[in-house]
Amino acid sequence: MIEGKNKSSIIRMFHVNKNYGAKKALVDVTLDIPKNELLFIGGPSGAGKTTLLKLLYLGEAVSEGQVLIEGINLSRISSKRIPLLRRKYGIIFQDYKLIATKTVFDNVAIVLEAIGKKRRFIEKKVKSILRTVGMEESLHSLPLSLSGGEQQRIAVARAVVGDPKIILADEPTGNLDEDSAGIILELLKRFHARGATVIIATHDKELIRKTGGRVIHLNQGYLQKTTTV
Amino acid sequence: MIFYYKRALQDIIDHRFLNAITIITIAVSILIVSAFSLFFVNANEIINSWKKGIRIMAYLKPGVPEVNIPELKQKIKRINGIQDVRFIPKSKALQLLKKQMKRQSSLFENLKENPLPDAFEIRLIASSQNQDKVEIIATRLESFPQVDEVEYGKRWLGRFTNFFNLFRLTGYAMGGLFFMAAVLIVANTIRLMLYSRREEVEIMRLVGATDRFIKAPFYIQGLIQGTFGGIIGITILFITFMFISSSVDQGFSPGLFTIKFLSPGAFFGIILCSMFVGWIGCYISLKQFLK
Repeated sequence: MIEGKNKSSIIRMFHVNKNYGAKKALVDVTLDIPKNELLFIGGPSGAGKTTLLKLLYLGEAVSEGQVLIEGINLSRISSKRIPLLRRKYGIIFQDYKLIATKTVFDNVAIVLEAIGKKRRFIEKKVKSILRTVGMEESLHSLPLSLSGGEQQRIAVARAVVGDPKIILADEPTGNLDEDSAGIILELLKRFHARGATVIIATHDKELIRKTGGRVIHLNQGYLQKTTTV
Repeated sequence: MIFYYKRALQDIIDHRFLNAITIITIAVSILIVSAFSLFFVNANEIINSWKKGIRIMAYLKPGVPEVNIPELKQKIKRINGIQDVRFIPKSKALQLLKKQMKRQSSLFENLKENPLPDAFEIRLIASSQNQDKVEIIATRLESFPQVDEVEYGKRWLGRFTNFFNLFRLTGYAMGGLFFMAAVLIVANTIRLMLYSRREEVEIMRLVGATDRFIKAPFYIQGLIQGTFGGIIGITILFITFMFISSSVDQGFSPGLFTIKFLSPGAFFGIILCSMFVGWIGCYISLKQFLK
């Protein structure tokens, strides 16, 4: 059975297994994610949420099965095309993954520099996106001088500055207080409203309840059920 | 390209400590290699000055008519590998001997006739100054009926040639080893730098940066580090050379040999080598790191 089957699917997973040696991280996961969906991947720690996200951006390769992104089979993608695939994504991590030695501006600009955009365009776009996430005042600050919530807002800005089709967020509010978590969630909802497909992996049931949407529940690598909140 | 240069320079400023360590490592490696080159160049000069002293003496049989000398001289000159031939008549040879043995002049007083033979002093072109070629030329000279005996210091030349070949081989081997050591040390230092920045590289890959985008600034940094390392290494060598050259010069016979610094060609060659060391060090590290 393919969960949430839809003609305009952007992501499709067929009988996906992921093993780390003898340990099974994902078992026979079949999933279909339509364009512009706001999807939650729920489940306790160690359920396979992060592994599932990694398979989508080729942070890891599947052990068995197939993953298709806009019809591209990730098992057959050449290493030269991996950077092009990753430009479809904006990725947000629980630990922000900002470059400590670079300023806020440079951390966000790196996405546009990597795809060869002109300096003038980059300056305009980065300032605009930092304004959107409310961080325009911290343009020249270093990440470690900011609070956790502020760092996560920079990470969100970096994830969306390239106008990605898919936003993957791995426990985006895991390290944040309630207010900061609320801000991050609002930002994600705003980019979803602009047309992005947003996939959020979280164990925070309260966050899912507040936001609403389709939720797939993982447990010990198995896709147990799908609910809509 | 300008963008990559700017990124490379910014990276050098951001990671100045690690970059300084890499530059110092390259400078020390280049200092060792170029000091060895300097020694090799000057030792080669000494050996070449010794080589210029290689000559063959062809002693003639008694009674060779004087009219035949120019013809014989021409025949000898035509032998392959000969630079210059000079006829030394026995009268002149005796004069020279008397001059050299002034203190034993009484030895010559009772001589009724000149015991020395007429001779040709033969000097060779540079490429003939080795044992095999000297032996071939000596055999040709001995085949002339007018020639009685040929002398060229066979044992000395043999030892000298063996020593020179050993010296040259040792030079290449040592130079090669120092070069490889320099590349490996630089590769490891750059690998350390890459490990300290692995998170940054990982983030760049996750946001869709191509390998070229990630690698280019590292290669430019490698070239910049190589250039600075090379210049620093050569400068230290030059200062050291200036300090010691004057005292060493006094130890040699004036006019025979003077200690030289590396030629401008060698200087630029070493800087290019140093840039190559920086580049290849980067290449090895990046290849392993970005697997």
